[in-house]
Amino acid sequence: MAELLRKELAERRPDLLVIADMIPREDGVRVLDLGCGGGSLLRLLREEKGIHGIGVEISQDKIVKCIASGVPVIHMDLDNDLMFIENDSFDYVALSRTIQAVRRPDLLIRQMLRIGTLGVISFINFGYIGIRWQLMINGAMPETKTLPDHWFDTDNIHLGTIHDFRRLCSDIGVNIVREVPLGNSPFLTKLNPNLFAPTCVFVIARR
Amino acid sequence: MDKKEHTRRLIVKPLDFTFGETEEDALLLDCGKKLTKANIRYETYGQLNHAGDNAVLILHALSGDAHVAGYYTENDEKEKPGWWDDMVGPGKPINTNQYFVVCSNVIGGCSGSTGPRSVNPETDRLYNMDFPVITIADMVRAQHRLMKHLKIDKWLGVIGGSMGGMQVLEWARLYPEQIQCAIAIATTPRLSPQSIAFNWVGREAIKTDPKWDNGNYTDTVPDKGLATARMLAHVTYLSDESMKRKFGRVLQKSKNYSFDFNRDFAVESYLEYQGLRFVERFDANSYLYITRAMDYFDMSASAAGNLTKALAGVKCHMLVISFTSDWLFPTSQSRELVRALLNNNVHVSSCEIKSSYGHDAFLLETETLGKMLADFLRIQREVMRNG
Repeated sequence: MAELLRKELAERRPDLLVIADMIPREDGVRVLDLGCGGGSLLRLLREEKGIHGIGVEISQDKIVKCIASGVPVIHMDLDNDLMFIENDSFDYVALSRTIQAVRRPDLLIRQMLRIGTLGVISFINFGYIGIRWQLMINGAMPETKTLPDHWFDTDNIHLGTIHDFRRLCSDIGVNIVREVPLGNSPFLTKLNPNLFAPTCVFVIARR
Repeated sequence: MDKKEHTRRLIVKPLDFTFGETEEDALLLDCGKKLTKANIRYETYGQLNHAGDNAVLILHALSGDAHVAGYYTENDEKEKPGWWDDMVGPGKPINTNQYFVVCSNVIGGCSGSTGPRSVNPETDRLYNMDFPVITIADMVRAQHRLMKHLKIDKWLGVIGGSMGGMQVLEWARLYPEQIQCAIAIATTPRLSPQSIAFNWVGREAIKTDPKWDNGNYTDTVPDKGLATARMLAHVTYLSDESMKRKFGRVLQKSKNYSFDFNRDFAVESYLEYQGLRFVERFDANSYLYITRAMDYFDMSASAAGNLTKALAGVKCHMLVISFTSDWLFPTSQSRELVRALLNNNVHVSSCEIKSSYGHDAFLLETETLGKMLADFLRIQREVMRNG
């Protein structure tokens, strides 16, 4: 089961595998997955490491999916409802490919680190060369595999680059503990993540 | 499933369980009094398996009864099925081919279980207002007696909407070891002042009906009072949108206003009908007692108002469901519950289902609700089997 899921995610959501691998197999480790979708990450954590995390999701259809695969999920709106969760109630708070869709990413980061000790964020990098290329050559908002919607109907209202994310963390006093850029060429990705990594996973903590 | 089985009626038979014959066996109530020689009317569907891991308890709402699904007769065409027939039965979301389903009438009720219109064994006359005031927890303690009688060690699930959901929460608090999972639908951890207010007005309607006679009515029941209480309550079960859709401003009979105070509008006619039908099947004194039990319902009371502390012992997996247009038990109240459960590290899921039906959605949104409940029970059964 776990292998099959891992294989499927390697294709579809490699960032989730990176996040899953960052969370240690420890007894009683508490994981909250914000914007958990159909619950893939939490299922992987349950099946590979026996970790029983909880998801937060706004879409009724996705909640139905979570329940069908036995993933606990809370129906909430990340923009408004997170204050209902107590301080320090989780060890890891994950946020995968979601931060660009909330109304105030900066406030959400603060909320994440209020609720949890560590935040794990996978970030769509708008500085990626493929995106820059489209914008430069076509002079139009890029449409990619990870950003498939039009500029006018997309949920992704706060796109930024890896540079932007680092600067935001610095401005609001958040530590970047780890940074794992994901790209096709390990060499180039390492050389200049902001240019060559379409996605980057950050682990953040309170300063 | 073949077509024949689909069309064949699920026939059920009401059963009775009596307890409290002796002083020791009597049910000690929250008010301090004891209930002796109490009867519980219940129905069962499906078979309890050898492992005993397929028992599901369903708890009914204020005006419900033990008849959750199926029919009493083979071919009486006028007979309506049980109140949650879309959800419970062979091949239905709560599949009675797989699960042993139990539903009982609450104590204080008027559909077979001991209530204010039962005979007081001490006086050989009807209890009426001498019936002790009961609580939601008392109802649950009585159901626990039935559980022992049925030789069930652990419920796979306890499920209920509205007042049934309150009983679900009391089950989770009082008997944490004896539940695998709990599903609380369109409910609240404590009755809001708004709901208490509606209950009060409903009871006043009954008590000010001259026929009520301090609860000692005989053949002439306080029908006007009870019907008024029901009409008021019924409005709280609907939503502005559902009423607009169902009735609009449509006039019932004529094209013009009557310019008097008889019913003109379809919505007035509907409410009147609901009131009349209710009086045929429900008892006024029971209405007083059951609404009072709801008024007193406050899960946090056992921990001086701290809901998190009050729920500290909850062990089962929980599913909390609310509906967008339910303004009687709005999502904010479910969320308060979810928050307290999260604080206790309970495995909890929640969903606010989109619906325009208002509070009644828990009876009507059977498609979404059915899928969620079926999936949740299926997973929980695996969890229970794997220990």
